Amino acid sequence: MKTVKISIIGFGAVGQGVARSILSKREYLKKQGIDLRVVGISDSKGSEINTEGIDIENALLRKKQKGSVAVGTRSALDIIADVEHDIVVEATPTNINNGEPGLGNMRLALKSGKHIVTSNKGPLALHFNELKEAAQDNGLFFRYEATVGGAVPIFNLVHEALAGNRVVGIEGILNGTCNYILTRMSEERMPYDLVLKEAQELGIAETDPTYDVEGIDSAIKLVIIANSIFGLDSTYRDVDVTGITKITPEALELANRNNYVVKLVCEAREGKLTVAPRLVLKRHPLAVGGTQNVASILTDLAGRITISGKGAGSIETASSILSDILYIVRNS
Amino acid sequence: MIVSMTLELKDIPGQLVLALSPISEFHGNIMSVIHQHDEKTPRGTIPVQITFEIEHRVLDNLIVRLENSGVKVARVGEERLRSTVSVILIGHIVHSDMGDTIDKIDSTGFAEVVDMSLSMPAVEKTSSAYLVINAVGEDELGRALDIMREVADKKDLLMIEPIRLNSVGA
Repeated sequence: MKTVKISIIGFGAVGQGVARSILSKREYLKKQGIDLRVVGISDSKGSEINTEGIDIENALLRKKQKGSVAVGTRSALDIIADVEHDIVVEATPTNINNGEPGLGNMRLALKSGKHIVTSNKGPLALHFNELKEAAQDNGLFFRYEATVGGAVPIFNLVHEALAGNRVVGIEGILNGTCNYILTRMSEERMPYDLVLKEAQELGIAETDPTYDVEGIDSAIKLVIIANSIFGLDSTYRDVDVTGITKITPEALELANRNNYVVKLVCEAREGKLTVAPRLVLKRHPLAVGGTQNVASILTDLAGRITISGKGAGSIETASSILSDILYIVRNS
Repeated sequence: MIVSMTLELKDIPGQLVLALSPISEFHGNIMSVIHQHDEKTPRGTIPVQITFEIEHRVLDNLIVRLENSGVKVARVGEERLRSTVSVILIGHIVHSDMGDTIDKIDSTGFAEVVDMSLSMPAVEKTSSAYLVINAVGEDELGRALDIMREVADKKDLLMIEPIRLNSVGA
């Protein structure tokens, strides 16, 4: 039995999803010969630390009842630096202005010899290469499948399964909120404002939807793809971004009549990064509906490979994180 | 690409459907059908001219399918304006002088706006237009799109183009 100790930094929807997945996969992990222990969990109010392994069920219950996992006041940075463990699961919210607190957490994790698995886009959209190089220099893994496309394994697909291929270009729909809004507008012939309100009531769109509907979230994900897959050194400021706020139901109807749907498409090709509404033929694999995410990867050997799936959700995102954790366990 | 074909049909009922259905099976977009019922060929067949838009790579298969179903393909011609692209414009299109926008494309000599549908929900609201631009080749189509982008930018219109990788190795 291989004992692997991890910390979960950030205990919101994603952090709790990771905890739940570890609980539900206990038997599976045991069969794989892995004793996965969570030795530290932190949220914005404090933390719980137990070097022998935290009672996860208990921690989830406390979070639900009291709104925080905290039983002590030691910070995320204290856990990362001082508690002995192997992998830091960085699941704090994305901050696109300066990447904090995720960036500081990641830098410290690499400095103190811990692998990183993250769902946090901010630090990667701003300092991807710095983090990647720091991980390499220290012989550590830096895994971020959960940052783009939720459950859809884009990076694993390109880096592992399609190894040897040159990626010519990537097109994808990487924001479920926009895709939901455009799908509903098109199917119900409803104006943008009304569908947005509906999406907000369903919890699909945030109270302040700017980040999604102006294409910023898509741009950030595109930057991570560009840096990881094309080896660029770009930040989200390098992306030419157009959102979906100006799209009319009439435009969608005109598209529909001519066999097209309109999608907010991220495109990386020849070093150019674009996020914009695009016409997609209805029968094209990119024409996925609802909150689905999809990525179509054009390679020199394999041709076109398209994968789609759930782009958000606590357990779906945790699936990518768990997969990254297991990758590290198997390869270290 | 846009193809014009002359087919020869037997003078019995049901032949036109026989000729048209393979085109839609291959996702061709039929633009015009000229059925000359009173102009029989010396062979006693009826010539039909069909113009349609179809992906280049399926054209040969389509011809085989037509011939196998008893439709004679007498002539296959590529239209002069063989590259085509659809775009959508959103904004105050009518106030921005649509005629001028179309003129800018048509006056190039290598590209034309061949179709346009306009939807105006109310006077004060933004309108939406669907345009089809044809050009003599892919490079010229690219240049026509550049002109459109410039115009859209100047007139503060949102222009929605098709995805690009689609045509490459799709």
